[in-house]
Amino acid sequence: MKLTDISNDINEWFDGSGPLSDIVISSRIRLARNLEGHKFLSQCSVDEKSQILQKLKDALLSLELGDKVFYISVDKADVIDRHFLVERHLISRHHAFGKGPRGAVIAHHEFFTAMINEEDHLRIQVLKGGMQLSACAQQINHIDDVLEQKVEYAFSPHYGYLTACPTNLGTGIRVSVMLHLPALKMTGQIEKFFNAVRTMNLAARGLFGEGSEAAGDFYQISNQTTLGVSEKAIVQQFENDIIPEIVEYENAARNRLLAKDVDVLDDKISRAMALLKNAHLISSQEALFLLSHLRLGINMHNNMGASTPAIKKLCMLTDLNRDTGKRELLSITTINRLFMLTLPAHLQINYGKELDSTHRDALRAKIIRSALKKSD
Amino acid sequence: MRCQVCNENEATIHLTEIVEGMRHEMHLCEVCASEQGVIIKSQVPINELLNNLLAAQPADEQVFGSSDKKLSCPYCGFTLEKFRKEAVLGCPYDYEVFQAALQPLIKKAHNGKTLHCGKVPSKAPEDSKKQIETLNLKKRLQAAVQNEDYELAAELRDKINQL
Repeated sequence: MKLTDISNDINEWFDGSGPLSDIVISSRIRLARNLEGHKFLSQCSVDEKSQILQKLKDALLSLELGDKVFYISVDKADVIDRHFLVERHLISRHHAFGKGPRGAVIAHHEFFTAMINEEDHLRIQVLKGGMQLSACAQQINHIDDVLEQKVEYAFSPHYGYLTACPTNLGTGIRVSVMLHLPALKMTGQIEKFFNAVRTMNLAARGLFGEGSEAAGDFYQISNQTTLGVSEKAIVQQFENDIIPEIVEYENAARNRLLAKDVDVLDDKISRAMALLKNAHLISSQEALFLLSHLRLGINMHNNMGASTPAIKKLCMLTDLNRDTGKRELLSITTINRLFMLTLPAHLQINYGKELDSTHRDALRAKIIRSALKKSD
Repeated sequence: MRCQVCNENEATIHLTEIVEGMRHEMHLCEVCASEQGVIIKSQVPINELLNNLLAAQPADEQVFGSSDKKLSCPYCGFTLEKFRKEAVLGCPYDYEVFQAALQPLIKKAHNGKTLHCGKVPSKAPEDSKKQIETLNLKKRLQAAVQNEDYELAAELRDKINQL
């Protein structure tokens, strides 16, 4: 398995399917675990880290996940490959650029990743498209059960699963949902969203997790409390209360744009189309923001029947269907593909060599221009 | 309330300044506030949260007494001083060794909670499994009573008694 086998298409969880996928991009659950009988990584020698790596790698590679898995020695991987894994949400930035022997076990279809020797000895995650937290919870719990038969976890009846950082203590669970909230931003209400998130003791982050800025109106929200509340209760709170409420706010903002502020909406969509169709240099940040507005327009057309002047024009754009070879109306899958395949490491891996930022910006602009052709 | 500067967006940042005894109030939107140099943190990353909590902790002397300031873990040699710098612990036993100092921090980080309730490894000793299961059931019982679901409450009470 080579990274180029997956680098020219999007992950399954990003194909635009899944419940509430017009607003909920993905659902992710990760568990933090450490091995009994070993120090946490900050106090481990290189030898001890290598032992932990080997033990967990063997256990993970013997899992039966219903999909093939591949292993990557993260500490030995090229810098571009590491960036690529971060761009695909398969490993964290911390893992990509950390220290010492460390690796990742990844399912071919990218729904499962295990990071070995990140901040904890083991972090496993399951990722699915749209609002699918219960399915993620079920799957990761099963994987955790099987792993637990192969290795011994550090656990205390008082504090639960023992983690290197006390903020992950207890269940070691981090439930994260990635949301696309362009209408809340356009209507000046995004600060309300942040306030609500803070009040509920949740964290809001950008597209690539901890330390990243919000880009293209994508926001990840996740739980901060991991102790004294069960995994099930955390997942249920997200599924029943938090996410439906945010989705409702975003939908209300979309309706408000249509009812009262069509010019605001159409201006954003039209400017995005004009720039994306004509620019010869475009940064990844700019591309994310502009594509975000096209994504909003297509979703409003598909789900709300919106047909403002700009959305009508947007619906005339086409893209080549990779399977049929015919030009088809622009879909969310195409937009998502443009989001991902124009990220810096994706561009370079698919181009086959390292590119400086100007050449990346030119290549990105070219890919987007050719994808957004007007239908005949 | 509209932003005092642009008079367009809703004011979400409210500042009170007292200069030479005079009180000035400013109501700004996010954009104008950042143009005016007011830094807005929309999100608190977990590391920052932890650092804030660590900074808010009493000094080691107040927790341990000055003679224990250099207390180190007999298993990994870790010290509290190192924890303050790195925000991660040295080994699982540190939770026991530094319990007195960690407990208030854990409480703050986890919304007042200090006891695990959730999954238990199947290999865990039977008594700790029972302890956590009872805790989980008690929580559900409390919720059932609050929701006036007395049928479920009775079922949960019986389960707790069986344990």
